[in-house]
Amino acid sequence: MTPENRKAYWKANLRLLFGCMIVWFVCSYGFGILLVEQLNNIRIGGFKLGFWFAQQGSIYTFVVLIFFYAWRMNYIDRLYDVHED
Amino acid sequence: MELKLLTYIVVGASFVLYIGIAIWSRAHNTRDFYIAGKGVSPIANGMATAADWMSAASFISMAGLIAFLGYDGSVYLMGWTGGYVLLALFLAPYLRKFGKFTVPEFIAERYYSRTARIVAVICLIFVSFTYVAGQMRGVGIVFSRFLEVEVTVGLIIGMGIVFVYAVLGGMKGITYTQVAQYCVLIFAYTVPAVFIAIQISGIAVPQLAFGSDVGGISLLDKLDDIVTSLGFTQYTSGEKSKVDVFCITLALMVGTAGLPHVIVRFFTVPKVRDARASAGYALLFIAILYTTAPAVGAMARYNLINTMQPGEIGAANGNLVYDERPEWMHTWENTGLVVFNDKNGDGRIQYYNDANPDFTTTAERYGWQGNELTVDRDIMVLANPEIAGLPNWVIALVAAGGIAAALSTAAGLLLVISAAVSHDLIKGIIAPGISEKGELRAGRIAAAFAIMVAGYLGFDPPGWVAQVVAFAFGLAAASLFPVILLGIFYKRANKQGAIAGMLTGLIFTYGYIEFFKGLFLKWAGAPWGENIASNWLFGISPEGIGVIGMLLNVAVVIIVSNLTAPPPEHIQHMVEHIRVPRALEE
Repeated sequence: MTPENRKAYWKANLRLLFGCMIVWFVCSYGFGILLVEQLNNIRIGGFKLGFWFAQQGSIYTFVVLIFFYAWRMNYIDRLYDVHED
Repeated sequence: MELKLLTYIVVGASFVLYIGIAIWSRAHNTRDFYIAGKGVSPIANGMATAADWMSAASFISMAGLIAFLGYDGSVYLMGWTGGYVLLALFLAPYLRKFGKFTVPEFIAERYYSRTARIVAVICLIFVSFTYVAGQMRGVGIVFSRFLEVEVTVGLIIGMGIVFVYAVLGGMKGITYTQVAQYCVLIFAYTVPAVFIAIQISGIAVPQLAFGSDVGGISLLDKLDDIVTSLGFTQYTSGEKSKVDVFCITLALMVGTAGLPHVIVRFFTVPKVRDARASAGYALLFIAILYTTAPAVGAMARYNLINTMQPGEIGAANGNLVYDERPEWMHTWENTGLVVFNDKNGDGRIQYYNDANPDFTTTAERYGWQGNELTVDRDIMVLANPEIAGLPNWVIALVAAGGIAAALSTAAGLLLVISAAVSHDLIKGIIAPGISEKGELRAGRIAAAFAIMVAGYLGFDPPGWVAQVVAFAFGLAAASLFPVILLGIFYKRANKQGAIAGMLTGLIFTYGYIEFFKGLFLKWAGAPWGENIASNWLFGISPEGIGVIGMLLNVAVVIIVSNLTAPPPEHIQHMVEHIRVPRALEE
């Protein structure tokens, strides 16, 4: 585990964090708050889409996002050879 | 079987279970007591975290709150779940790698400062006591409603139970008890929701049922229709301004990620990768309740209005005759949480929004002389099984679930308070030479003392308890979260920056809330400003102001750190070390 190696690992981590934060922001603040009126003109089943994101969709996205991050980080840990044991 | 007896049996059985687990998982050393010996599997830790996080307020109050707020209630749903993303991505793995016992301990070592540790301990104790008082109150209320004992007696029983497993078992005892409590509370929450969903829509999944068809029109559309024709705001759109909704949601998210009793859960798992996964499991278990709650809220509102308004709105015989009211209304009228006042003397219940000036003429045309029914928001979940006509064992289960939610959160909070006292204050500052045994004893005494204070606060809550909940989140968001985050992600952050940043965030947020709501300075004339949107800074209410406090904190840390000397070499090395999962070779 060289310093260069660690630096590259940290960069890869920050890139992944940035991507995840965009998804996090868009599905809650974007769809559920800022664009809620526009999305409410679209319907899925009996829900207005904006309302659905605010009360359901954002939460589902959060759960999937954390598991995706955990899975992806485990891969990056190994790729840069900084994983435990 | 009679409801009261059945409730005694179900609640009593759950207590026996909790105490049994506590005895089985006693703490033998400080590692067990503070962080459960780092031996908890990520799934078990996820369940325990979920029970720890979901309080009496989540279980009892949230669905009712959403039922009456509609879309505006989304701030709680997104705010109290989205924070786990921040935790999982920015804090949990690194704090686990740091591998110590408490949050102030991290701040002390990262910023090589006792002052920083003391500031962190003060924030932690204030946030945690605010919370715990509400939990003890919740225990008292559930006891008095379902077991018909005095609130005080309920409180003492609740304190006794928490005392046994928090003092004896420490984090280890609490963690395994919380796993059991999660199972009790989630079962108690979802069973009535499923039954109500089936009754209304024929679909057994509440998350789908509240968007399903009821008589050719979607339930939510129908709800929008009825509530607007009774003068209320449309259910699927809100009254709050966009900027305020945005800021409250963000303050709750960041506050969640900054709450010490949540952060410390991720110190208990064996590995860094377990900390990441564990946050995912925690949110998954939390999401089961948090996606059910809005469905329960919408269905409860729908049921309530349909019960009160069985006929056409405005027709002389459109409203429910008071003498023909359902059984559950009788029960809850006895508690004073449902009140009927026949203002126009027609013997029927008129339930509508009489605070809406645009609706006044319509109401007068109908011959209505004011809203006649007040329903306390908190009863929505507790009364649900009765409204749906479910068997008594379901009602007994809901009582046990409410108590489980309150006890699990109270225990988690009491533990971080006791750890802050015994580990950060006594071992860290007052008596560094204290023995392992002495520290464990100090931790137990601190926990016992904290329970007494919490019980007292629950028994006689000062007027400000309800108001300071917003403050607890704002404070955590504006003080603790930014310095922990920068401690990991900004190597240049130093002691001077952290102390200045924490104090700035703290004082600004506290000052703003004091100015508009009044907390401790009521004797000096607070609140000084009228709490209305036109007075607020950028249109942000006191509930959402923690966001600005957080931004100020971050800005101050960065500016002050760059104007003063960089942190010493070994601190920079420590930051390198916590950023990677594997131990660094020296």
